Amino acid sequence: MTQADHTPEDFMTAEQARVLAPHAPSVNPTGAKPILQVENLRKYFPVKSSGLIRRTIGQVQAVDGVSFEVPAGGSLGLVGESGCGKSTTGRLITRLYEPTGGAIRFGDQDIAQTSARGLKPLRREIQMIFQDPYTSLNPRHTVGSIVGAPLQIHDIVPKDKVLPRVQELLEIVGLNPEHYNRYPHEFSGGQRQRIGIARALTLQPKLLVADEPVSALDVSIQAQVINLLQDLQKEFGIAFLFIAHDLAIVRHFCPEVAVMYLGKIVEIADRETLYNRPHHPYTQALLSAVPDVKQAAIGGRRERIRLTGDVPSPINPPSGCRFRTRCPLAQEICAKVEPPMLQVGPRHKVACHFAGEIGKHPEQPVTAKLLGVDDYGTAEPGATPSEIEQGPGFTDTWFDVNTRTVRHATPDQRS
Amino acid sequence: MDTITPTTTPTSAATPGTGPFLSVEDLRVHFPTSDGVVKATDGLTFKLERGTTLGIVGESGSGKSVSSSAILGLHRGSSAQVSGRIVLDGVDLLSLSDEEMRLRRGKEVSMIFQDPLSAMHPYFTVGNQIAEAYRVHNKVSKKVAKARAVEMLDRVGIPQPDRRVDDYPHQFSGGMRQRAMIAMGLINNPGLLIADEPTTALDVTVQAQILDLLQDLQREFDSAVIIITHDLGVVAEMADDVLVMYAGRAVEYGPAKELLTHPEMPYTWGLLSSVPDVKGDTDARLIPIPGNPPSLLNPPSGCPFHPRCAHRDKVPGDLCWTERPELLQGSRGPSHLKACHLANPDEIYRKEVLVEIAPELAEEL
Amino acid sequence: MIAYVVRRLFAGVILLVVMSIVTFALFFASPINPADFSCGKNCSAEQKEQVSRALGFEDSWVTQWGKFAKGVFVGRDFPDDPELRKTAPETIAHCPAPCLGYSRERTSTVTDLIKDTLPVSLSIAVVAFFFWIVGGVLLGVTAALRRGTIVDRGLVGISLVLYAFPTFFIGLLLYKFVAVQWGWVDVPRYTTIEDGGISGWLSGLLLPGITLAVFFMAGYVRMTRAYVLESFSEDYVRTARAKGLPKRTVTFKHALRAALTPIVTMAGLDFAGLMGGAIITESVFNYPGLGKLAVLANSDFDLPTLVGLVILLATFVIIANIIVDLLYAVIDPRVRLS
Repeated sequence: MTQADHTPEDFMTAEQARVLAPHAPSVNPTGAKPILQVENLRKYFPVKSSGLIRRTIGQVQAVDGVSFEVPAGGSLGLVGESGCGKSTTGRLITRLYEPTGGAIRFGDQDIAQTSARGLKPLRREIQMIFQDPYTSLNPRHTVGSIVGAPLQIHDIVPKDKVLPRVQELLEIVGLNPEHYNRYPHEFSGGQRQRIGIARALTLQPKLLVADEPVSALDVSIQAQVINLLQDLQKEFGIAFLFIAHDLAIVRHFCPEVAVMYLGKIVEIADRETLYNRPHHPYTQALLSAVPDVKQAAIGGRRERIRLTGDVPSPINPPSGCRFRTRCPLAQEICAKVEPPMLQVGPRHKVACHFAGEIGKHPEQPVTAKLLGVDDYGTAEPGATPSEIEQGPGFTDTWFDVNTRTVRHATPDQRS
Repeated sequence: MDTITPTTTPTSAATPGTGPFLSVEDLRVHFPTSDGVVKATDGLTFKLERGTTLGIVGESGSGKSVSSSAILGLHRGSSAQVSGRIVLDGVDLLSLSDEEMRLRRGKEVSMIFQDPLSAMHPYFTVGNQIAEAYRVHNKVSKKVAKARAVEMLDRVGIPQPDRRVDDYPHQFSGGMRQRAMIAMGLINNPGLLIADEPTTALDVTVQAQILDLLQDLQREFDSAVIIITHDLGVVAEMADDVLVMYAGRAVEYGPAKELLTHPEMPYTWGLLSSVPDVKGDTDARLIPIPGNPPSLLNPPSGCPFHPRCAHRDKVPGDLCWTERPELLQGSRGPSHLKACHLANPDEIYRKEVLVEIAPELAEEL
Repeated sequence: MIAYVVRRLFAGVILLVVMSIVTFALFFASPINPADFSCGKNCSAEQKEQVSRALGFEDSWVTQWGKFAKGVFVGRDFPDDPELRKTAPETIAHCPAPCLGYSRERTSTVTDLIKDTLPVSLSIAVVAFFFWIVGGVLLGVTAALRRGTIVDRGLVGISLVLYAFPTFFIGLLLYKFVAVQWGWVDVPRYTTIEDGGISGWLSGLLLPGITLAVFFMAGYVRMTRAYVLESFSEDYVRTARAKGLPKRTVTFKHALRAALTPIVTMAGLDFAGLMGGAIITESVFNYPGLGKLAVLANSDFDLPTLVGLVILLATFVIIANIIVDLLYAVIDPRVRLS
């Protein structure tokens, strides 16, 4: 229980002003160019046989064709349940893993296939914050050397300037700069996560990949760290790819959110749309499953969509739509044809044959005509499938699922 | 459960059938260490009836898990000093011998734990571990016990239970493991089930399934359930009563609906305002609780929450620094207790907290 | 599972080959010419060269390794000289397969030397292994179960003292007091099972076995205690208690089973190491074992014997490793089923 030896009172006075300021949800800067564009990103891990000679007998399709973009200085949230590939995606973007295919455009460079040597300058621009503040800091190094190490590796500042910079960083993340010579175990979980954030900030990155940055922390501490990240974003204009399983925290932090299921993005939209008018049955189920404090006023459990069974194995994912085995709406077409990522609103894409608001899902697949198949997924002779834009961003025209017509953005909707 | 009195009610003459099903009075769990005594739980009082659920909320180190382990007698044989009374169905569990307590463990009180992977023995099959829980309290053959294990696995929704019964825990998914733990906990039909963070390690859709299952089984067996969690959403949907713990003590206690809609203790406000809401207003703000949870070795003077409390200056004098507030009835009736010196908490909550965290609700009031 | 065993054995063989190459390279890179030792003090350059050729030292170490490897499978002659074979066959020593070399100093094949000495060392090691496992694990478990009591402190303290005592000192103490002064046992002398029966064999091994076991036992008391205590804090042990299982079942079925897994690993590897570690014990009690042979071979730079011993001991370690891995799979279903 012994933490850094300041009394709680000190902590309060030093921090109170910063920490107690209420924090509104983040907003993406308008008209910002994307700093990161990910297109059709894939990562397959080989599965080896257990026989005498270890052959590759299959592949875990951890990430399978993921496209999205992160605006400069903005945030994109990546949510999904364990095993959906969200953490793998984060590690691909920081190139801790080598992608199997696809493009990762950062600035004007595709970093998906860059060599390890070519990545070095890039490592300054993209940094990562890890989930577990207990295992991601080397216990034998002082905080100063942990935070200062990137400066020395990249040879940015002269040796005698490292310490002042480290102290400055500690101050930025709300730690006592005099504590640079302490070891990680002398800090509490929340403070350690601040150290991890200071380390990530050392090189003044343009993009931070935050992989479950608060899920290992106590609830009262989670908000402190979230607020800190928001402050940093505002102050330094850092873009975030925010990976988390907690839908509420993602909603607060990210103006735009992508939902992943079994290696694919099933829905991506601005916060307002995704949380209030989700069109994909998985997003709807996910949102309805989150227990809500406000339910106390009514009592009992919230009405929700029940999903049965477990997530299927990513080694042999279901044919067609990967969610169909657990989907309450699934029909024949879902097993035959994979639903394309279809833009259905100004900033809203969804991959579902029966996309629609809760209770208003269409009877007939909305995608059949576009794909040139009949309602049961069999190819229509003579039908020509329409071009469906599969790029990472959004376009100014989209397919309205209610009217089944193409609509164009009004001037104020244009990005 | 309409009234809750903070003081110890005389239950000495209690026999099964009279008095509450579970009554915990002034429970203290102290751990002597070389640095001093860690008061993990320091004077906890609550009651629970059959068929109802109590949610205990708090952060790590608040004493919520330690207290429930004490109900199960898991501190016996360690250096912990447990005092007070834990009366279950008319019997004071703390006055029992170790052997008498052991015979009640798993039979009258059972517990399911947070991480079902580490809570199950990796070297024994799931069926073996469930059957073992049955055989220890029932003189039956291995075959009968295994059949009973299959039956329970089926009841908690494991597909193909007769085949999965011979699997090892690592061959189950996280949700199935927690189902198996529940099967193990309920196989002897205990009157009291303690669920210690039962869904924290699980995904939301699986969490929803497990919570459904717990509720169904509670109805079926008419058990009393204590659910320990840090997630106020889980409490709101599951619990009849809520007990908020801080630094080893109850700081607020009352019916869930009442407590979560009209919280009267700044720590509870902090918990509510530091967690964003998935359904609420998108303009809602996030107000964290500053600082860190207190040391249990050297708890702060006066109110243990005062170093982190944003409202301590609203209390006249230095009361918050010098005097620990007792858990007493607040302004909203006898069932809602709080340990706080603030005179008008309801008003502060409405005017200062709610407007930030749920503007749409503040307007309604 | 069978595929796993085969794969492990295959890897073991490769490891053994690499190991023997490294051993050869190391020994023959040494600046000392072993022929100096073989030839004796008053040795002319001519004689020395002759000896060197007879021993096969004039070849490069790669060639020598090749001959050695061949000898393991088909046997070889020393010296391998076709002319000599015709003219003076009595001067040639034949070393049948598996041939690990020929020691001129001991006028014997290394294989025979090992055949003579291995049973002695193996006997001591087996007896020591028994004492140290039974004693170390039982006392370690006892200490863990009575944590914090006088028993625990006593056991931990004594084991620390014993751990610090040099092996030769313990050996000498036992020899002088237990055998000679107090006469509790006969003065230890190695007796084969053929000569003395099981009891005779055992009584000869009692003191050397204990001497060798003490050091390991002391370590195992502390290690076992630590593992058992750790397993008591495991979540599944708490679950076992929460089920209402009797303390006995919780301890012996749930906690110990998990705690003993790493001990099995350690014990397997230590047993293999023990074979080479018996030098001091064998010297103290003057037993003709591998350790003693190694000391003698080292003192007169009997290279073939040293090489043979190193490879033999390495083989033991590799085999022990494989056995330990297989045992692990038997004990832990997570290893077996993944």
